[in-house]
Amino acid sequence: MTTLAIEHLALPQLTALARRIRAHTVVNSHQTQTPHLGSCLSCIDILVAAYFGVLRIDPKHPWHPERDRFILSKGHGAPALFHTLAQRGFYPQSRLADYGQDGSLFGEHPPTPDALPGVEAATGSLGHGLPIALGMALAGRIAGSSYRTYALLSDGECNEGSVWEAAMLAAAQRLDRLAVVIDFNKWQATGRSEEVMALAPLTDKWRAFGWSVHEVDGHDIGALVQMLSRLPDATGKPLAIVAHTIKGRGVSFMQDDNNWHYRIPNADELARALRELEVAP
Amino acid sequence: MRNAFADQVTQLAGEDERVVLLSGDIGNKLFDRFKERFPKRFYNCGVAEQNMIGVAAGMALSGLRPVVYTITPFTTTRCYEQIRVDLCYHRAPVIVVGTGSGLSYAELGPTHHSLEDLAIMRVLPGMTVLAPCDESELRAGLALALKLDGPAYFRIGKKGEPRVHTELTDFAIGRAVTLSQGTDICLVATGTIVPTANDAAAILRKRGFSVGVISMPTIKPLDTQCLARIFGAYRMVATIEEHSRIGGFGSAVAEWCADAPAARAQHVIFGADDRFLHEIGSQEYARRVSGLAVESIVLGCAARLGALIEV
Repeated sequence: MTTLAIEHLALPQLTALARRIRAHTVVNSHQTQTPHLGSCLSCIDILVAAYFGVLRIDPKHPWHPERDRFILSKGHGAPALFHTLAQRGFYPQSRLADYGQDGSLFGEHPPTPDALPGVEAATGSLGHGLPIALGMALAGRIAGSSYRTYALLSDGECNEGSVWEAAMLAAAQRLDRLAVVIDFNKWQATGRSEEVMALAPLTDKWRAFGWSVHEVDGHDIGALVQMLSRLPDATGKPLAIVAHTIKGRGVSFMQDDNNWHYRIPNADELARALRELEVAP
Repeated sequence: MRNAFADQVTQLAGEDERVVLLSGDIGNKLFDRFKERFPKRFYNCGVAEQNMIGVAAGMALSGLRPVVYTITPFTTTRCYEQIRVDLCYHRAPVIVVGTGSGLSYAELGPTHHSLEDLAIMRVLPGMTVLAPCDESELRAGLALALKLDGPAYFRIGKKGEPRVHTELTDFAIGRAVTLSQGTDICLVATGTIVPTANDAAAILRKRGFSVGVISMPTIKPLDTQCLARIFGAYRMVATIEEHSRIGGFGSAVAEWCADAPAARAQHVIFGADDRFLHEIGSQEYARRVSGLAVESIVLGCAARLGALIEV
């Protein structure tokens, strides 16, 4: 059996990596004319913290039964996940060259795990990732394994009733090796997430549902690593991490502007974005 | 039938430690023996069926073989997207069981009826669909479904269904079971309405018809060899299901017919009318007003063959 390892990169490396993945994601959106850039930029620091500072995984043995599981439940962040998995070594970066083309595995949402090892669940329809993660966490407990399971949700995704169904069962089962991370950028597709569905108070909601709740700056990779490493949570409860984020983070003219949920950068905007990310176009 | 299910799933869990049972807050006492023997492998997932299917998918993706159980509408229409995405798209080996299918819960009203489940389950890629006619088909089907690589759906009755098979040997998923043979009319039924087909056959035989009866427990994949045989050998094939005439077993056979060679028996579909039953009653009453009584089947078959008979 191979050994699973945490990558444990130093903070400057993690920061540089996040910048590189942001650049790849912006280029990808421009080249393939695909949307959800704001949502991708919002969660990249969380992905980097998880894959390069927390998850015990082995890209050469992606089905290792003891591996930590991470599900991108907000499946429209797929480009960010694809580039993160490439950087982590699940496949060469060059495989992403055919993103969005006829016959490609790489599209706007993650494919099934059997098609692309490294992906733990094919998401895209919101509200599915947490129930699946909960099933994986229960399976781990049944097997006596010590792996941890994470699901990354958007705040808009918390509109889905299935999220709260899962929240209640996870609390009842006291699944201390299960964590939900909310990419709380305060926007959903067409409006402020607090206005569309009265999301506030989000942390109190998770606490009331029986979870151990913590808030964190969702762009502070060091803090995210610490927070994600809390599993198993000492309280014996499942862990909810509310990560305060900015939609479009990293590119000044996309930040907190919900037009970039669907908008695609033109050549000039691409060049400006890459300059800001300090990556040569 | 649900008692047989509980007994068989307990037995199978004893033989295969990957078997996990998830229930949507029903089956009080039904699963006591399972819980006693395998406390770590029973989960009451509450009245939250969408989550329950997702949980089953996560377990299946982690190597377990979950069996999900609740009343049919709640384990099919209520959580259909989870079945489509989490189970079928992922090819997750989960067995979904709907209890009290068709009009078994006639007295509970249309919220608890299921006359659409075969249609919506069989359209899903990779889904195996079974409607066992009795306890023996259910037991055999469950054991075999655990060996599948993808999801399976079982529509079962409630309790007290008569045994159809005194002995069931050589059962296979995707294979019909011939109960009797003839040359004029072949009654092919699926699920707990098979005894009605036997009763109809007995009456038709008395009126001079040569009638065969087949139990077709698997709706998907269809036993096309059997269909080819009976559509060649009989004058008429009547499919019978406790399900809407739209989209179910009869439709599946009609789809097969559309691509089959021209010379063949005529096909008649017996199924429920396209409406909700606003009247409460017994299952027998509900079947009768839905056009599924023995008399309706007998008269319908005879009329199609140009014979006016009395029942």
